[in-house]
Amino acid sequence: MASEQIFHDHESDLGHKAKWFTSRVLIYGILIVWAIICLFPIYWTITTSFKMAPDVMRGNMVPWLDYRPAWLGWRSLGLSPETIGAESTVREQFLQRFFNSTITALSASTLAVLLGSLAAYGLSRFSFKFGFMRNQDISFFFLSQLILPPVVLALPFLVLYRELDLLDTRIGLILLYTLTVLPIVIWIMRDQFAGIPTELEEAALVDGLSVWRAFATIILPIALPGMVAAFILSLVLTWNEYFFAALLTSTHANTLPVMVASQTGSQGISWWSMAALSFAAILPLIVIGVILERFIIKGMAAGAVK
Amino acid sequence: MSAQGDLLHVVTQDDISAQRARFGRLIVWGSFALLILVAGVQTLGTQGVIAPIADNWRPTLYAYVLWAICLCAGQVLVRGEQGKRVLFVLPATLFVVSMVVFPLLFGLVIAFSDWNLSSPDGRQFNGWDNVVQMWNDPFYWNALTNMVWYTLAILVEYTIAFGLALLLNSQIKARKFFRVAFLLPLMLSPVAVSWMIGKSMLEIRFGPISRFLREIGVDNVTFFGNPELARLTIMAMDAWTFIPFMMIMILAGLQAIPKEVQEAAKVDGASGWRGFWEVTFPLMLPVSITAILIRIIFKLKLADIIINVTSGGPGGATDSVTSFIFREYRDRSNVGYGTMLAMVYLVIIVIAMTVLMKLADRWMRPRY
Repeated sequence: MASEQIFHDHESDLGHKAKWFTSRVLIYGILIVWAIICLFPIYWTITTSFKMAPDVMRGNMVPWLDYRPAWLGWRSLGLSPETIGAESTVREQFLQRFFNSTITALSASTLAVLLGSLAAYGLSRFSFKFGFMRNQDISFFFLSQLILPPVVLALPFLVLYRELDLLDTRIGLILLYTLTVLPIVIWIMRDQFAGIPTELEEAALVDGLSVWRAFATIILPIALPGMVAAFILSLVLTWNEYFFAALLTSTHANTLPVMVASQTGSQGISWWSMAALSFAAILPLIVIGVILERFIIKGMAAGAVK
Repeated sequence: MSAQGDLLHVVTQDDISAQRARFGRLIVWGSFALLILVAGVQTLGTQGVIAPIADNWRPTLYAYVLWAICLCAGQVLVRGEQGKRVLFVLPATLFVVSMVVFPLLFGLVIAFSDWNLSSPDGRQFNGWDNVVQMWNDPFYWNALTNMVWYTLAILVEYTIAFGLALLLNSQIKARKFFRVAFLLPLMLSPVAVSWMIGKSMLEIRFGPISRFLREIGVDNVTFFGNPELARLTIMAMDAWTFIPFMMIMILAGLQAIPKEVQEAAKVDGASGWRGFWEVTFPLMLPVSITAILIRIIFKLKLADIIINVTSGGPGGATDSVTSFIFREYRDRSNVGYGTMLAMVYLVIIVIAMTVLMKLADRWMRPRY
């Protein structure tokens, strides 16, 4: 029983399907190409840290297939399996820098979120008058700090810190880093608090809470996601900061970026150890980026969409 | 924000006893007097009138911090409820003022002096000499021109970022993976990036990018030999780290556009290209302008990559103002001249940004 197809797709409909298919291929093609552009440098750094000199020179890329991975780069940092138990001055140094970076980034971000949230909350709820400055002007004053290029502050701070004996100390860096991320925190938090209805606090105040108690018990929990976003964004910026650290620290308070930068010139370039060091420097942020991606996106989107 | 009156209306009974108010005023003025006293003693100490009490200015700093704390506490003591509100904003304001305004004023003094930190003479006031020197410094003007080029590169970054955001916003699988992958470059420290890409992947003999170019037939690529190419390479590396930033802002904007608008446009027959130009793009204008303005602000601080990859070379072709001043200090430790350059840069930036923001304001206003 030969059945014949009665209804045929029209020519133009088939064309539509082909067009849809090509557009899919094109979209995924571009996405994959860009993903490779984004990820390849990281992949290159990881693999290079396991290469030996000839492998680097030959430009081998795929471990186990092209070359045999070795712990060369990590051994020079004292972090390979054989050296992890032994004494290692390089590792001591590396860990100290790592610790410096962690302390500075964490404290500066905490301080900035603390000061910034309070200020943003105050500005979004009460009207102030400091001299001729009203709320609008105070907000603008805070946000305008974003424009200030670090180089303008760098040299005066160099001299000031020398007088105050704060050169090469972590506290000096923390204060400066707090300053650089404060406008961003205020930017994000202002948006957060503006989105919370004031009725919430009014109810709390009627119930007899003071302004600060209402802020701490009612508003903070609601604004917490925004604060986390601001904190993480600050963490990223302060962890990566190089300019101030390079100018204001020398031996004790060096951060990781300074250590990475100072290695490039000396004793030729040992690719594997530089790769290991760079990778160790970026690893914490890669982890944060992968796990807390939605907070970062939320933070950056806060200012964009009103 | 509310221009008149508080958003939060609270009537509280404040019964501040005269004693409490007096105590509040006392600690504010008392700590202020202490600050003046310590500063005075220290000044006399450095002048050599009396024996110095410390070999640095830490005591004055501590007195200042004490005064700042007393000022905050005094607000609550003297003004009660109103003071508690001021307390929200006061710490941040004090912090920013002491960290920005004082150093800037101090910087102005330094800018008009000849001060080599390594020379024993100390600071010498030299009037307009630094300005004259700056006027005749071809490298500074070169760095400023470079900044214009670097800033113009933002338009290309913006186009790419918009394209990527559109793709991420379309119906795709594994959206989360692509979003994380695209975001990662932003997380990496510029110093590590300048090593990973600038030094290692662009290495002429065995860097993967050079090899790739050789495979497709481009020979003798020296990324940092030729001025134009070197500048382009720096731009590309900076773009690589910051495209995710613009992309995410634009993506957030795209997601905020109500679906109905695009559906309505589709029903009206505006599909694809026309739909984008006549519906999506105009709706995205405010977000785009915000993203570009913030990106410009970040771009004007560009330095880390340049310092670490080319240190300005070849012949200053890749210098940004910040990296130029950084080397000016590193090589000659001339604080005075460097500060003058930075101050002039700040003035230029403030003027340029004000003009840009005014223009943007006019652009963003809907025109019906």
